[in-house]
Amino acid sequence: MTKSMKKLHKPTRRDALKTLALGATGAAAATSLPLWARYASAQSAEPIRVGFQVHRTGIGAAYGRWYDRTTTAAAELINENGGINGRPVEIIAEDDGTDPKRGAEVVEKFANQHNCDIGFGTLFSHVVIGSAPRAGELKLPYFVVSEGHHVASGMLNRYTLQPGITDVKSQVQAMAPFVASNLGKKVTMIFPDFAFGHDHRDYFTAAIEAQGGEVLEHIAIPPTETSFTKYFPKIPRDTEVIYHVMVGPAVLTFVKELGEFFGPNRPEMFGFIDSLEAVDIGSPGLEFLDGTYFWEGNPRYAQADQSEHDAFFRERVGVDANGASVSDPKDVSTYAHMFGCWETLHVVKAGMESAGYQGTGDRAKLIEAVEAMTDMPHSQAHPQGAKLFNGKTHQVFGHQYITKVTDGKLLLVHTTSIEDTLYPDEVDYTTQSL
Amino acid sequence: MEFGPYLMLASLEGAVTAAVLALTAVGLSLVFGVMRVVNVAHGEFFMLGAVLAWWIAGLVGGNPAIGFALAIVFVPLLVGAVAVLVDVTILKRIDYDPERTIVATIGILYIIQQVTLMTYGPEARPVEAPFNTRLALPWFEFSDGRPQMYWPWGLSTTSYKLGVIGAAVAVLIGVWVLMARTKIGLVMRATQLDREMALAFGIPVEKVYALVFGLGAGLAALAAVLIVPIQQAHYLMGHDPLLLSFIVVIIGGLGSLPGTVLAAVLIGLSDGVISVFFSPTLAKILATLLVALVLVFRPQGLFGARRA
Repeated sequence: MTKSMKKLHKPTRRDALKTLALGATGAAAATSLPLWARYASAQSAEPIRVGFQVHRTGIGAAYGRWYDRTTTAAAELINENGGINGRPVEIIAEDDGTDPKRGAEVVEKFANQHNCDIGFGTLFSHVVIGSAPRAGELKLPYFVVSEGHHVASGMLNRYTLQPGITDVKSQVQAMAPFVASNLGKKVTMIFPDFAFGHDHRDYFTAAIEAQGGEVLEHIAIPPTETSFTKYFPKIPRDTEVIYHVMVGPAVLTFVKELGEFFGPNRPEMFGFIDSLEAVDIGSPGLEFLDGTYFWEGNPRYAQADQSEHDAFFRERVGVDANGASVSDPKDVSTYAHMFGCWETLHVVKAGMESAGYQGTGDRAKLIEAVEAMTDMPHSQAHPQGAKLFNGKTHQVFGHQYITKVTDGKLLLVHTTSIEDTLYPDEVDYTTQSL
Repeated sequence: MEFGPYLMLASLEGAVTAAVLALTAVGLSLVFGVMRVVNVAHGEFFMLGAVLAWWIAGLVGGNPAIGFALAIVFVPLLVGAVAVLVDVTILKRIDYDPERTIVATIGILYIIQQVTLMTYGPEARPVEAPFNTRLALPWFEFSDGRPQMYWPWGLSTTSYKLGVIGAAVAVLIGVWVLMARTKIGLVMRATQLDREMALAFGIPVEKVYALVFGLGAGLAALAAVLIVPIQQAHYLMGHDPLLLSFIVVIIGGLGSLPGTVLAAVLIGLSDGVISVFFSPTLAKILATLLVALVLVFRPQGLFGARRA
């Protein structure tokens, strides 16, 4: 492990000393002073209020639990290092029940009752689409961590940004060459029947056709479905690759029934880890997954060449090398997505600092400061990898990971470049008024 | 997949749905038949069954069959006890008044759901099946003028799914025997026919009510224990069984056991087949349409007796 980390970074002794010295003085300064004095450089000691829209209940609850833990850990880290512009960050969490209607109300509460500086953290695409228009009307900067293509497609507004997680269109576009050249060209897609699944359907179909492949059948399943076998006979006999992505509380049933359907002769399988987020890959009935491939936004299992930033991120959030909670190995994280909360909060910090953000009157300046960002290097603030932000489309682009199930673990087999994930702009939000 | 094997698979899936639905709906139907009240919290007793099954199965280690066996014995009793408690402390106090019972059971629905959310949490958790082998199924095709057996791709079920169907049939026969052949069944039927007369003949009607309410909830919990190794326990899982049970009970005839079972098979199978060949939404639309038609043209249901 140490050997491979050295290979990656080659730190010199001087670098190490510099980092240590900086860390020591920073930490000493921050911890030896009383709380009020730590933030004395700020014009106001009022906290920066981050309205955290969290799926604590409803079909997104497993994600919500880990988005919550990641956000808490990120805010703690930011506060330990002096907060934002010398002001502490306060996370104000509100449950939206993974419900679009409630989502819009929560955004309203952030702006009008809690006096939040920003809204943050929404995942499920239908909730984002339901909430973003209200955030735009209220001129509340709304930082979503959703993966949906709805930000970059131009469907939303200038106040909605996605700087911490890549979108489905860029992900599937980067996956298609791997699928076509390694697994097969005749694909059957199984996806949830709502905006997020439709993004998969539309963009993967186009991307695989560009690779000379074809999608034989699209199988849409309602995200609230609990029984899946009845959908599988639609899979054509000559399918070479099953492309699956599913969400909701019944994902384990979905994957298990997929295995039971095929029995010993399964085709190749390529899944988005969403089908098994927060589910132990060693659960009974999932043995057939051995040898199948997954897209992961961030590899759940600590890989042989794990970066120091990933190790730091795991430690701070409380995740072990298998992607489960350190306090309960059965509590598997949503590792492929939750880094987005951490990174987004760090983007907010960087944006507020470059805008000289003082209060809700500076919200427009914050939007402009984030729009001006481009390169985000692989760092403690961006543990998943380097990223490239597009200020016009409000969407970030980054590396994607493909892992293979090997002896009950997900081992990294391919990392895409950022260039693999780029596509032409579909919108220029900067032309909209602030 | 060709039409034949496809239809067989859809029917098998539908049969599992029907089996679980029949148990749940018979519970609801019993409560309505004997007590003349609508139990809106019925789906939550189902959910409670699944959640408690997860809890009990997790208490014992070792072979998953042990945990499951304990769950199938104790969970219906536990849930039944909760229901009896609800009956004695709430429904009895409001004199089983139909309107007030609806409101009260809506309250119970939310209490059970939210307490589960606060204690068990919002996750979906699996219970391991006691046995689960994939069974590939054969199909016949005619070639050269004589039938030949072959094994179509994907045509399969699991031993556990067949077990669920078998267990449901056994329990339903048990309920029928209880109602038709035992003294307690006689007492229940007497209460159902005429409450005042039963009271006059010395039948402890309030005890019968508590028993029936517990039995109804216990049946829902049993259905949930059977389904939880296939699906997972989740605090919102009570919604669909409640809706489908109402559909089944209305179509089958309120208070009629054979009607309820027949309607459950009808709805379960058609849900399986229609959602396979068309869409799950269409299956729900048709089921709801059937309810409307039954209410208009045969308000007493397929098997229900017309009341004077």
